[in-house]
Amino acid sequence: MNETILIDESGKRTDGRSIDELREIKLTIGVLKKANGSAFIEFGKNKIIVAVYGPREVHPKHMAQPDKCVLRCRYHMSPFSTDTRKNPAPSRREIEISKVIREALEPAVVLEDYPRAAIDIFVEVLQADGGSRCAGITAASVALADAGINMRDLVAACAAGKINNKIALDINDVEDKEGSADMPVAYLPNLEQITLLQLDGILNKSQFTECLEKSLQGCKMVYEIQRKALMEKYFGNDLPLDDENTEEIKEE
Amino acid sequence: MSLSRKSPIILEYLRKRQMLDLLTTGKRLDGRNLDELRKLEINFDVIKKADGSAQVKLGNSEVIAGVKVETGEPFEGLENKGALIVTAEVLPTASPFIEPGPPDEDTIELARVVDRGIRESEMVDLEKLVLIHGKIVYTIFVDCSIINADGNLFDATSYAVISALTSCKLPIFKIQDDVVVNTGNKQGPPITTLPVSITAIKIGDTILLDPTAEEESCMEARITITTNSNGEYTAIQKGSAGSFTLDQIKYVADIARNKGEQIREKIKELMKS
Repeated sequence: MNETILIDESGKRTDGRSIDELREIKLTIGVLKKANGSAFIEFGKNKIIVAVYGPREVHPKHMAQPDKCVLRCRYHMSPFSTDTRKNPAPSRREIEISKVIREALEPAVVLEDYPRAAIDIFVEVLQADGGSRCAGITAASVALADAGINMRDLVAACAAGKINNKIALDINDVEDKEGSADMPVAYLPNLEQITLLQLDGILNKSQFTECLEKSLQGCKMVYEIQRKALMEKYFGNDLPLDDENTEEIKEE
Repeated sequence: MSLSRKSPIILEYLRKRQMLDLLTTGKRLDGRNLDELRKLEINFDVIKKADGSAQVKLGNSEVIAGVKVETGEPFEGLENKGALIVTAEVLPTASPFIEPGPPDEDTIELARVVDRGIRESEMVDLEKLVLIHGKIVYTIFVDCSIINADGNLFDATSYAVISALTSCKLPIFKIQDDVVVNTGNKQGPPITTLPVSITAIKIGDTILLDPTAEEESCMEARITITTNSNGEYTAIQKGSAGSFTLDQIKYVADIARNKGEQIREKIKELMKS
């Protein structure tokens, strides 16, 4: 099989990264005035905006649950987000991704604290570059935190995959299309729980373990970025981000 | 929009208690061990109008898969490959909780996960199914009807698809004066591997394989792992609003290889007889 060269002789990938390197991530919190919580993430060339509305009343009312909150999630790609125009109607892919994003976030949200209410999460992909579900989960989780919703942990997501027979972190669009495996993972870093796991592509037993462990490492790196973004938003520059101070906040 | 819902099946309190108590002793309501699969029955070629078909019974879950072969345009970006499309529909016959109408997100997930298992393993060598590069290719539809739903539809449907595909006979088309002609002859499809999926669920801290509908109504999380004939992983989907630890995933991944191999042998054996 003629595989496209995705890693050159010096170990650099098509976008100049090493195999253990994430794309550049820029996470901004509180970008929408009307939403209860919001976040904008630039994950490589991905540009994704997430709005969280709620807890609010459920319509239609019969959808409400007496003992807990209903979490609703929509993942949607803008028609201009891809190389060829995407039909704005929800595709089967988007319906599945909406479901897996909701299921990735749900274990982190304390649904029991908001009985009879709904929390809505809208993930809009403005520009897609591979790994948009992971970037969406990462942004949605901080948007939930920004909305002040009780959570057990943040949800950090990152993919790993196989390109040119090597396991690489954070697969981009070209690597997803030309590479041979892609494994998106979402993780609760403090509770050590995996809430999203998908794979397409072929991995042998040792590659599978390596890929899974590498993506968890990626999730931990993403988590640090989430934490930093939340600290900057809520504590500003008053609080230098050294270890001493972060420890204090944890204890409080 | 995807929303969190309760399972439509609500187990009676005592039944649920009984199940949870049994699980602590490593047993299940139907007497199986935690890692024991239900009986698998496969009837091949049950629908004569189809180019290939299979009826799969996994316990009380029952699926019919039918293969239909046509010619058409290749997918964009895959000009050198034939097209393979797997669909699934849960019929209203399957359970009192299924309503006719457009597929809901669970059914869409089911069809896409089964399709992913077949596609990513490159089970059918689609490059051999091209008539005119970039213009006309074989299009293979595998349509699945779930006629009885008693849990683990992912595996039952996946076994139905691989059984129907491996046993099907493709009509041979040729190009004559720029027109597609059916030669009337048939041949087996170019099969490279047998991808087998294994589904496990988590209830409390217990992992159980091949869940029934009753067990699924109490599950926190589900995972489906597909392996090919070489024991390599080709597709994974975690589902439901719960989570797994790394160790639990590794455990299911190991078991999926072993049990997958058993199912593969069983399907081969049934196909011969």
